[in-house]
Formats: sequence, C-alpha cells, structure tokens
Amino acid sequence: MAKGWFNVLEKVDDYRWRLPTGYKTGMRVPGLIFADEPMLRSMAEDEAIEQVANVAFLPGIVGHSLAMPDIHWGYGFPIGGVAAMRLDDGVVSPGGVGFDINCGTRLLRTNLMEDEVRPVMKPLVDQLFRDVPSGLGAHGPLRVSNAELDEIMVRGAAWMVERGYGTEADLDATESRGAIPGASPATVSQRARQRGHEQLGTLGAGNHFLEVQAVEAVYDEAAARAFGLDLGVGQVVVFFHCGSRGFGHQVCQDYLDVMEKAARKYHISLPDKQLACAPIKSKEGKDYLAAMAAAANFAWANRQAIAHWTRQAVARVLGRSVEEIGLQQVYDVAHNIAKIEEHRVDARRTRLCVHRKGATRAFPAGHPEVPTKYRDVGQPVLVPGDMGRYSYLCVGTEQAMAETWGSTCHGAGRMQSRGAAKRALKGIDIAARLQAQGIVIRAQNRALLAEEASEAYKDVADVVEVLDRAGIARKVARMRPLGVIKG
Amino acid sequence: MMEQPPPFEVFDHTADVGIVARGDTLAEAFANAARGMFSLMVDLERVAEREERCIDVQADDPEGLVVHWLSELLFISEVDGLVFRRFDVDALSDTRLAARAFGEPLDIGRHNPQLMIKAVTRHQLQVGREDGGYRVRVIFDI
Repeated sequence: MAKGWFNVLEKVDDYRWRLPTGYKTGMRVPGLIFADEPMLRSMAEDEAIEQVANVAFLPGIVGHSLAMPDIHWGYGFPIGGVAAMRLDDGVVSPGGVGFDINCGTRLLRTNLMEDEVRPVMKPLVDQLFRDVPSGLGAHGPLRVSNAELDEIMVRGAAWMVERGYGTEADLDATESRGAIPGASPATVSQRARQRGHEQLGTLGAGNHFLEVQAVEAVYDEAAARAFGLDLGVGQVVVFFHCGSRGFGHQVCQDYLDVMEKAARKYHISLPDKQLACAPIKSKEGKDYLAAMAAAANFAWANRQAIAHWTRQAVARVLGRSVEEIGLQQVYDVAHNIAKIEEHRVDARRTRLCVHRKGATRAFPAGHPEVPTKYRDVGQPVLVPGDMGRYSYLCVGTEQAMAETWGSTCHGAGRMQSRGAAKRALKGIDIAARLQAQGIVIRAQNRALLAEEASEAYKDVADVVEVLDRAGIARKVARMRPLGVIKG
Repeated sequence: MMEQPPPFEVFDHTADVGIVARGDTLAEAFANAARGMFSLMVDLERVAEREERCIDVQADDPEGLVVHWLSELLFISEVDGLVFRRFDVDALSDTRLAARAFGEPLDIGRHNPQLMIKAVTRHQLQVGREDGGYRVRVIFDI
C-alpha cells in the first residue's frame, strides 16, 4: 500500500478510519474516512488521503476532515470530502465546492412499468436526446435577458416554475427548494454571465447523464412508498446528473484568483495552494458565498428546465399526459456546494459553513429542512452508479447528522482514468455491449463511451453498502438503466 | 541524433486529463499547450483556419499565465462557438501574453467532438525548462 497508510490510520471499526492530527503538523482536527479495507487500499493509491489531511489545516474547521467511501484525488480538497467551518473564525474555499458549483442529481418517478416502456425505448431515448441539449457546443433553447439572468441567480428553480417549467411540488421536493439565500448578481463577473446565457438548459458532458431506469430491488418498502417508488420492481423512473455549466465554472475560476490573494492577505498558511480560501466574514469570503449561491441557483434552474423537457419528451412518446404518467419529482440534491447550516457541536446548536465537494446532503427524519411529505422518513439521497449497472435511492439518517454534518457519498467514484479505461476497452463497442444488455444509448461521440463504462467506476453497490453499514445513509431501492443519454 | 519530443502529449489523472507541452521557446510551449487542449476537444486535423481572435492576458507569474491563457481560449470557444487549431504567441513575459488564435465555428458533424473541458486547473501545474527547451504541464477538469 502506497505510503504505508495502514501504519498511519487508526481503525475505528470495519467502516471507519481515523487520521490522527499527529500525522502532519498543522492539522487542526483529525480526519475520518468511511471505507472498508479494500476501498481504503484503492484510495491509498493516489493522493486523496493526503488531501484529507490538508483540509484539516483550514482555519475554523470543526469535528473531522471527512471522506466518503467514493473519495478520489481532487484539486486541494478530495472529491468526496466534507468539511464544516465555524462562521466566526472559519474560512470558505472554492476548492471545497469545485468548478461545477451545485452539480447535482434529480430523480423523477412515473406510473409506468418496464414492460410498457421497453417497446418505445428507442424513440424515447431519441426524443430525450433531441430535447435535452448535451455534449460539446450545446446551446440551450432558452434565451434570457440580463435582467432575467439576475432573477435566475437569486430565485433558482422557482423562476422556472413560475414560467411553467414545472410545479410548486417540484420545489417542495428540491434541496433548499431550489434556491439558497444570499445570492448577489453583483458579485458575478460579466464572463460568467456570458457563459450562462449560452448554456442555460443544457446537460453537459463527461459523467453527466440522463437515464430512464427501472426499479430492480426495494430494500425499504415504507421509505420507497413515501418517495413515490410505490409500484415495486419494474417501476420506471428518470434520473439525471448535471450542474451550473460554464456559469459555475467561471465563478469558481474567478474566485480562485481572488482567494489566492486573500489567503496571502489574511496570512492563512496552507499546505496546498489550491486550498486557497478567505475568512467567511471577510469581503472576499462573503463575495464568494454570494457568487457561489448565484451559481447554485442557476444550476437548480438548469435542472428544472431539463426536468420539464424530460416530462414533455416522455409524454410525447407515450402519447399520454404528464399527469397521467405521474411524472413527479422524487428529489433534487446538490453534491458540490458550501452551505450555512445549523448543526450540533458539543451539544450546542451552532451555525457552520459545510463544504460538500462530491458529497450529498443526507438529513434524517424530523429535520425541518426535509420536505414535509418526507418528514417522517428522512431526506431522499440519490447515488448514481454507472451506465452499465445501477444507481441507488437511499435515505438520510441521524447517524449522518451526528457524524458527517448530515452528509453522505455522491456516487460510485472513478476507479480507472479515462485513458486507462479507453485502453482496457480498446476494440469493444460499448454502445453495442449496452444494447446487448437491453440498454438503449445515445451519445454525441460513441467512441468516448469507454471512458464512462462500468469498468471505469467502482461498483456503487460496494460504496452504498459501506454507507448503509456505517449508518450514514440507508438503502431504499436500486434502479438499473433502460435508456441512457450521454453528452 | 535524439528524436524530437512531440509538441504535446496527453496524460491521465484519475477523473481528469492533462497535457505536457514542449517548445524550444516558452512561447512555443504555450502555443503547443493550447493546441494540446483543443486536441482533447475536437479532431484538429478537421479544423480549418477561417477566423482569428486576439488574446491578451496578464497574471502574477508564468503558472498563472498558463491558466489565464488557456481559460481565455476556453471562454472564447464557449461563448463564440469556435474551435482553434493554430496559435501564434506574439509577446510573452513572466506576467503577460499576447497571442492570436486561428480556427473556425465548431461543427459537430465535421469536427468529431471529443471531451468537454470544464476548466483549467492549477493542480500540479508546472512551467519550466527541460533539455534546453521549455515544458508546460497542466491538468483539465473534465
């Protein structure tokens, strides 16, 4: 094992590993990694664990520098990292959010069963591929003015809903009702706006996707029913993954420059320049949070538009109304975000800035931020896998609240680099292989599909098993793809 | 005689992709880095030089200059819908770069689109001398 991490890490139990502050001078809190032993071995192959230690240097960090079982090497922060900072003496770091601000996932349920949809899968996937712009050079069909873009930055998904792109019920089933407070268009650059204009209502590319899936296993019937997965095995759902597009990337890029200077100005000593940050209370910190909120809200508006077009496409191909098909939203959750939340620290309620970089919120039953209709069950947690296997629906827990600031993992985590996957799968037609599995796929470039093949990712079932056993999320259902759209 | 190293090479990084670009001069290495970046996005052989854009960027150091130079090209590419295949770096200091980029509007049918690059990162970014020439190493967020 690279670097002999097993000599450094203290085993807490089969799914928890503690990285003591003694590992590196300057760590303010210990690290806590959720993983089983084989997963830990694979994490140890890159610098992800070192990055867990580096995050522990950040001023104001509380509890642990946390790592979810899907962590891998990121920029400054590991992807799959969670860190909470005190508001009075803590910092905010754009690297703790990532370039794709409020990248997230959304799940819609239907009244349809697999056998009704299978005969129309090809036209359905074609329709979705036409109606949801994706891939390189994609432009959204929406044209908004500068003033409207300002409104979108502040109001997020609600802006779309008011214009007929969805319903009030969608907002109820969206994290933070699709907009976080504090967004200020004045803190967003002209360049970010320009990129936003072009890309509102687009899916993106890479690991972003839109899938038509069928439920293949239910682990918690009561929770599944509450979330609208009430028809059991074979029920059709739609699951998609995308973020704030060029708008958010530009906001991150702009503020990395600001933060590099701010870190020097405020004498924050960092083990890695990419942890560049500023005190939450400073002008730089406040400006970043305001711009990040604008980008997060843009992302929620973006996913709202995509959900609308998805509904229209399904209704059109099935020849039935959206209502008849019962295309209701299960949930929408962010997995690249920093949020001001109230948590219990040493038995006292304290407001913290929780960075989730490639980590999903997972609030338990009874929490006031869990939608009323799910209040007795807990917050739905969406964990996408890969396009050849399956994805999961889970639910937040008290344990997550107590240990991880109500957070859990966001996906499978990459196992093979793009190049390695391409080499390993050379000569294999991935689209044909998926078709043989009964999965219909459309992508801008079929040759690139190898990079997103199952072999490139950890088995999300293993990742979810760790969450479930460690208690930081509970399995509800598993869905397998029937149709896949890739950028 | 030693074989000339390629102007740029692509390397893997867990979830992302990087390039190492080389040149006899730093200006050439910067131009090759841009070429490398666009080679990840489209098939450069199929891109014609029908449009020209001028770029002028500043930064505190050569590393910052790499990020600003490539980010500016990404920005123009996204906003104007262009892809570039050739780059002339006309002026370069430690803190400023002036260049021209040549290409044409992105044509999905003709350019064989590849990866979409979200951003130019500072992760393990290197600018330096190597074997009498210059080398730039940069990782992109995909």
